[in-house]
This record gives sequence, structure tokens and C-alpha cells, in this order.
Amino acid sequence: MTSGWWLALVVVAYLGLLFAIARYGDARADAGRSIITPNVYALSLAVYCTSWTFFGSVGRATSGGLSFLTIYLGPTLMCLFVGVLIKMIRISKAYRITSIADFIASRYGKSQLLAGLVTVIAVIGVVPYIALQLKAVAAGFDLLFGAGGHPFSWWGFDTTSLIAAALAVFTILFGTRHLDATERHEGLVTAIAFESLVKLLAFMAVGVFVTFVMFDGLGDLFQRAAASPELAQLLTLEGQRPSTWISLLLLSALAVVFLPRQFQVIVVENVDESHLRRAVWLFPLYLLLINIFVLPLALGGLLHFGGQAADPDIFVLTLPLAAGAEWLAMLAFIGGLSAATGMVIVETIALSTMVCNDLVMPMLLRSTWLKAEKSPDLSHWLLLIRRLAIGLILLLGYIYFRAAGEAYALVGIGLISFAAVAQFAPVLLGGMYWKLATRQGALAGLTAGFVVWAYTMLWPSFARSGWIDAGFVELGPFGITWLKAQALFGLGGLDEITHCLWWSFLANIGAYVGVSLATRPDALEVGQAERFVDVFRYARRLPDLQLWRGDASLHEMHALLERFLGAARARDQLLTYARRHGVADWRNLAVDAEFVHFAESALAGAIGSASARVMVSSVAREEHLGLDEVLNILDEASQVRAYSRELESKQQALEAATAELRAANDRLRELDRLKDDFISTVTHELRTPLTSIRAMSEMLYDDPRIDLVSRSRFLGIIVSETERLSRLINQILDMAKLESGRAEWTSSEVHVADLVRESMATLEHLFREKQVELSSDIPDQLPPVLADRDRLTQVLVNLLSNAVKFVPGGQGRVRVSVAIDGPAIRVAVADNGPGLTADESAVIFEKFRQGGNTMTDKPQGTGLGLPISRQIVEYFGGKLWVESAPGAGATFIFTVPLPVPDA
Amino acid sequence: MKNANPARQRLVALGLLGIPLLSYPVLGLPQGDWLGLPAIFVYLFGVWGGLIAGAAWLAERQGR
Repeated sequence: MTSGWWLALVVVAYLGLLFAIARYGDARADAGRSIITPNVYALSLAVYCTSWTFFGSVGRATSGGLSFLTIYLGPTLMCLFVGVLIKMIRISKAYRITSIADFIASRYGKSQLLAGLVTVIAVIGVVPYIALQLKAVAAGFDLLFGAGGHPFSWWGFDTTSLIAAALAVFTILFGTRHLDATERHEGLVTAIAFESLVKLLAFMAVGVFVTFVMFDGLGDLFQRAAASPELAQLLTLEGQRPSTWISLLLLSALAVVFLPRQFQVIVVENVDESHLRRAVWLFPLYLLLINIFVLPLALGGLLHFGGQAADPDIFVLTLPLAAGAEWLAMLAFIGGLSAATGMVIVETIALSTMVCNDLVMPMLLRSTWLKAEKSPDLSHWLLLIRRLAIGLILLLGYIYFRAAGEAYALVGIGLISFAAVAQFAPVLLGGMYWKLATRQGALAGLTAGFVVWAYTMLWPSFARSGWIDAGFVELGPFGITWLKAQALFGLGGLDEITHCLWWSFLANIGAYVGVSLATRPDALEVGQAERFVDVFRYARRLPDLQLWRGDASLHEMHALLERFLGAARARDQLLTYARRHGVADWRNLAVDAEFVHFAESALAGAIGSASARVMVSSVAREEHLGLDEVLNILDEASQVRAYSRELESKQQALEAATAELRAANDRLRELDRLKDDFISTVTHELRTPLTSIRAMSEMLYDDPRIDLVSRSRFLGIIVSETERLSRLINQILDMAKLESGRAEWTSSEVHVADLVRESMATLEHLFREKQVELSSDIPDQLPPVLADRDRLTQVLVNLLSNAVKFVPGGQGRVRVSVAIDGPAIRVAVADNGPGLTADESAVIFEKFRQGGNTMTDKPQGTGLGLPISRQIVEYFGGKLWVESAPGAGATFIFTVPLPVPDA
Repeated sequence: MKNANPARQRLVALGLLGIPLLSYPVLGLPQGDWLGLPAIFVYLFGVWGGLIAGAAWLAERQGR
């Protein structure tokens, strides 16, 4: 066995190292170069893993298999609800919250009574948890100190009491060097993060050693376990009660936030909200890593010590020892010590702050002693109270250990504490999201939950250890069976945790909601509710300034600050405040609502919000606002917010409307321009034939002696120009009808093939005159389409006459082909004319644009045929376009969709 | 909250997914051996690791 003194030396050296790290962290913080990175923050959250995890999980796994994992799965899920954590942090920063008691009290009108109640519950609830740490470290110490079954003692003190005393001294030295609890303990957090690393490495080292050195890996361990009927059941979840599993999941999810030390590291010690981004996954990852080897260790221990009476809670130490690896046992002990010291330090610091601010201070403030005490500086008293509180809490832990600790395994003790702090959840979460919750409701809920917890959980734990009569639990008090502590009202079939959680939450939430709805909050509560629930809106603390009216003297306020903060710190705070307000000398500061608020929060950092409020109102003559007045102010504030939001949305609507109007105006201008263009083009087009008709007519009129041949030639020109004129007018009218939607359409089944043949026959003489070859490719069976026969004919005739117009006479060829193309019939008219350039292809479908050079050549059409054709084809749901290249002819194609078959 | 944060909401969705995966009755499903290890051991650590990986991806992807 290891020499005891060697072990003591290592322990002292390790604790010394922690001190050095904390000093370094503090020095860096003072120098303004904080060492708290997102990783350090995430690691510090792992203070959640205590001796319970390090020693107790293995013990739990030897009896409950994988059910120990619930304690770590719950926090993993909780971390994902990160919005709740962020809101908590935001509130705490805004109102300088120092502890969970402060948080709850502050929300419900800075109530000293509520703060005291929360503190009492927290202390009583967490004491078993501290006892657990003492028990675990003492067991490990006894084992390694080599007493061989004889408990170590020194001057009549047992190991546990010595360890409790050592931890008390260590914590006092470590944690109460500063006064202001909101001034973060960066050194402490750094040391805790370091401890987290140590315990993880130590535990994994033991896990790897046992799994891969003592056994042949995970597979081997599991196979050997499966061979034994007792161990095989640890490898499944059979026999687990789903209700227990779910209760533990819920309980641990709440505990990871509401245990006083967890609240301390997550909320109070948080430097930067963005660190949560890392913690959200790094902390669960830590939990996963530290748990991988728990079941293998439990199985390894059971296999190795099979049959011997070995305490499974210290397998982590006994397994390496049994394999002769003393150095590893030593490392494991250091790891376990890390787990225990980390927990005890943070927990007792958090609790001592609560005890000092929320239990002792209110009493002192009321006592005559404080008034008699002439000393201007009370800050050293505050420190003393905190130190005494730390000692007291560890003493309570020791007493609980003596009273009840031996009867429970480690995890059993821890769960008692989890169930106690879970009672904070309804009041705290309700306070963050429900404005109607009142102080009376919170008091009722907490009291009810706590009483049920004490009756169903704490009391039986005393009974089990034989400290009080066990008949009380087994038979019910005075033999009344329906009051049996672990089967209240006959509710049996649950394990004690689920039983306690169910009844205590029923009482807690029931009383909280019921009483809240039945009572009316006072003015202060309404203000606080508004600030907590809407913390994200009050980025600037507007309502704080509005909700305080009164006056105070600078001298008195200064004296008050000096009294609780100490002269130096009070001056520092005042100087900072003055500098922020651009005042050179703090003695010239105006004592307004903002100053009073500053002083109150500076005090709150030291003595808690409830006591700070009492102290400030003792020197400031505050004009008490009635409930109605507060409600009015809050109403106004929310109305102003609502108005500004309304204005904003109206402005946006206006801007959108303006943009729409502008677009509509642009469109109208464009249409106007197009109309003008159209009219000028039409008049131009009409004037051309009119001019030639007039010229011819004048010549005939002026000169009666014109010979007959010329006369009939002129008359021919007049007739053809008149025809052109009436065609033009007809087409313009047609176009206008189509565009205005007043055209008349008849719709019937049209056989495209027949239609094409007829159109070709109609125009045959034109082709023959110009000696152009007209061919076609029309399949026999084509389904009919729904269209207007005459209109479609108009399109085809237009395309054919265009083609014959542009091909060269004598050697021109025009080919019409009809085919089915997907869901439509496709008609193509291909010629071997001069073709069109890409630009021309784009514009020929516009009105009055013609192929060829209109400036020099005599126009060959009206320029309206193609636009009209396109309108017609599009009316039937088809398309009309041209494929062409200069010199290679042009192919005009249109499609007419086939009717959709009836489904 | 006025400015609902999408990254936060995705994390919450992941948490809501995790609740049924890590409680009954789903936990009754893994039976026997997977990969030579007890099925429930592989299942629990697998789902757990998956949630952590998902959270890491969502949280670290960009500024929240």
C-alpha cells in the first residue's frame, strides 16, 4: 500500500497547484486579459460531475445497469434549450443577480422572505450532496491510506471530519478573498476548469486500464458479463421502470441549472453570452466521455471481485490496486479529489453568499446591533459571515453524513438533493415567462414543494439510517397507512424518486399557479415582472428610471456604499459611474433616479437585491408609487413601443405603395408612348396609298386627253391601292378588336390537316402565278384540336402569302409540314427565301414591321399580319415563332395545343 | 422574444427530437447485440453522440 504521508504530500501539492492556477486566473483578470475562453467556460460547467459521477456512477451501474446515464442525458437535452439559459444570463447581468435565491427574490418584488426561504431550501437540500462528497473522499482516503479495514483516526477525529475541516479551510482561503459576488471569480473558474480536465483524464485512464489491460477490450468484457446471468441483465434495460427513467431525465435536466453551484458557474460566472455557443455541445461531450467507461468499470469490478464483499462505489480505486497499479490508483484518487473539491468549493461559495445576503443580512439590518455599531466599514463583517457560513455548511454536511450517509449509496444521496433543487424550477421558470405570477404564489409553491420533498424524501432517509423510528416510513405516522411517506395516499408501485417528484411537483405547481391567480401583485412586483419577462426588450433600462421617484443626498448614499463595500471599492465604483456620465469629480454627481439605481445595484452585488433595496430606502426618501401608477407607467411604455412599431410598419407600407405607384406611372407613360407611335405609324401607312390614289385621280381629272391605255392603268392602280387601303383598315380594326378582347371567337373541333389542305388550295393560283413550288407533308391521322376555324385559316393564309411574297419567282420552294409535337400540333411553313437576321427575327412580330428594307423597297404587306397571327395563336394557347438565318430561308412555326384528355 | 433567433430555434428542435429518442417507449426497441456490443449501449451512446454532433454543427456554423 502507498505510504500515507506520500499520499498526503501529493494531495497538498495538488491543492497548492490549484491555488497557483486561481491566482494566475485572477491576475490575468485584473490585468484585463481574461483567461476565460469559451472552452474554459464549458469545462467549468463540468463541475456538475462530482464524486457522484467519479465514484458513484460505477456503484449505480453495478445494480441499475445503464440507468445511471439519465443523470447525464437530461443535462444534454437541457443544453439544447439554450434560449432559457441566455434569458437567465441576460436578466442576471442586467440586475446584478448574485445567486439563485437573489434571482427568485428579485423577480417577486425583491422579497427578503422569499430569498430566505429559497436559501433555507437550498442549504437543507444540498447538505446531503455535500455529505456525499465527504463520504466518497473519506472512503478513498481510508482505502489508500492503507489502514486495511481499520478506519483512520487522528486525535479521535475520523477521516470524514478531517476532510470536512480541510475542505472548509481550503474553500475559505480560495473563495472569499473578494466581497462582491457579481465580480466574477475568474481565478476560481479557471481552477474548476482545470479540475474538470484532471478528473476526466484520471477517470478515462482507469477506464482504459481496466478495459484494455485487465480485460481484452470492450467486447471481451461484455461477452464475459453476458455469460453470467446476474451481469447479463445489466446489459439491457429490461427491468427498468420507464417512469423512473423519465423522472431521472427530468430531474437531472433541472438540476444542471438549478443546483446553486450550477447556477453560479452557468449564470453568475458567465463572462460572455456567446460562450454558450461552445458550451452547448462541449459540456455534453464531456459528459459522454466521462461516462463511456462507467459500465465497463462496473462489469470489470463485478467480474474481478465476484463473490467478495467489495464496495462498488470505489471500484475506480480498488480495481487498479488489485492489478498492482498503485500509481493509477493514486491518479484516480486525485481525480476523485478534484471532483469533490470542485463541487464543495463552488457549492459552498454559492450557498454562503446566499446565507450571508439572504438570511444573516436581513436579520442584522433589523437588529439594533447594526445601528449601534459605529464602524463605518462593514465589508469585513460580510466576509466573516461568509466564512462562517462555509464552515457551517460543511459541518451540516458532516452531520448528515453521520446521521444518514451510511445507509445510502452515493447516487441515492445525490438524488435527494436533486429533488430538492428541482422545487425551484416552477417558480423560477414561471417567473421568467409569466407576468401574472405573484410573490404569494411563489411562497406558497416553494413551501408546498419543499414540505412534500422533506416528508417523502429527506425524512425517510433519516429513517432508513435508523436515526429515527423506521416504522414511521413503513407503516405511516401513527399507523395511518395513507400517510406513508413513500406511498402517499396509497400511490405505490413507483420508486421513491418518482414518487417524491410527482407529489412535490403537484403540490408546488398547484400552489404556485393557484395562489398566483388568486392574489394581486403589488407595485414593485409588477415592475420586476415586466423587467424579467421582457428583458430582451429593455435593452436600455428605461422603466427603471421611470419607476423610481424620490430624493436622496449624495453624502448619505456615499456613506452607505462605503459601509458595505469598503472605502476603496466604493470610491472606485463612484469614479467609474462619474466618468461614464462625463462628470470630473464624483462629488458633483446629481442624485437622480439613475444614481439611486446605480447605488442599489452596486449594493446588490455585495448584499443581494432584497437587502440592497432595504438599505437604499433607509437613506433615500422614496415617494412610493401605487400599483395603479406603476401599471400606468408600464402601460405608457408599452404603448409607446406599440406606437413606434405601428409607425414603422405604416412607413413601410407607404414606401411600398409609393414604389407601386411609380411603377404604374412608368407603365402608363410607356403605353402612352406606344399609342402615339401607333397612331403616327397608322397615319403614315394610310397616307401612302391615299397619296397614290390622289395623284392618279388628279392626273385623270386634270388631263381629259389621256389615252385609254394609260387611263385604264391609272384606274387599275387606284383600285389596287383602294383595296390595300381597305385591307389595312380592316386589319387595324381586327387588331384593335383582338387587343381589346372584343373579338368574337367561335370554338369547335378543327382538323388541322384539312384546314392546311384547304388553305393551300385557296392560294394555289398565287403560287402558280409566281411559279413557286408548294409541297406538303401531312400525316393521315391527326387528332382534332379546339379552335376557331376561320381564325386559324387566317393565320395559315397569312404565313403562306408571306412566304410566296418573299421567295424568288421561278425557283422558290415552300413546304408546309404538320406533326404532333408533345401535347400540341405543330405546323411549319418553310421557304427558301432570303431569310432573316437575328434582329429581324425578333422584330417582325411587332406592328408595322416588315421584312426587307422598308425605306427603299415598296412595302409588300401591311405589317400587321404577323402580329395578328401571333395574337390568334396565343389566344388558343399556342406559340408562333420563326427559325431563320440570312440566306437560308425562313421557317415560321406555330403550335396549337391538343385538348387535355378527360381524366 | 422579438428577434427570434433561427440557430436557437434549431437547437430547440434538436432537443425536442432528443426527448422521444432518449426515453420510453423507443428505448425498449434495441435488443440483442449490435457490432458485438450490447444493443442498448450502442444505441444510447450513438444517439447521444449524434445529438452532440448536431448541436456542435448548429451552434458553431455561423454567428448566432
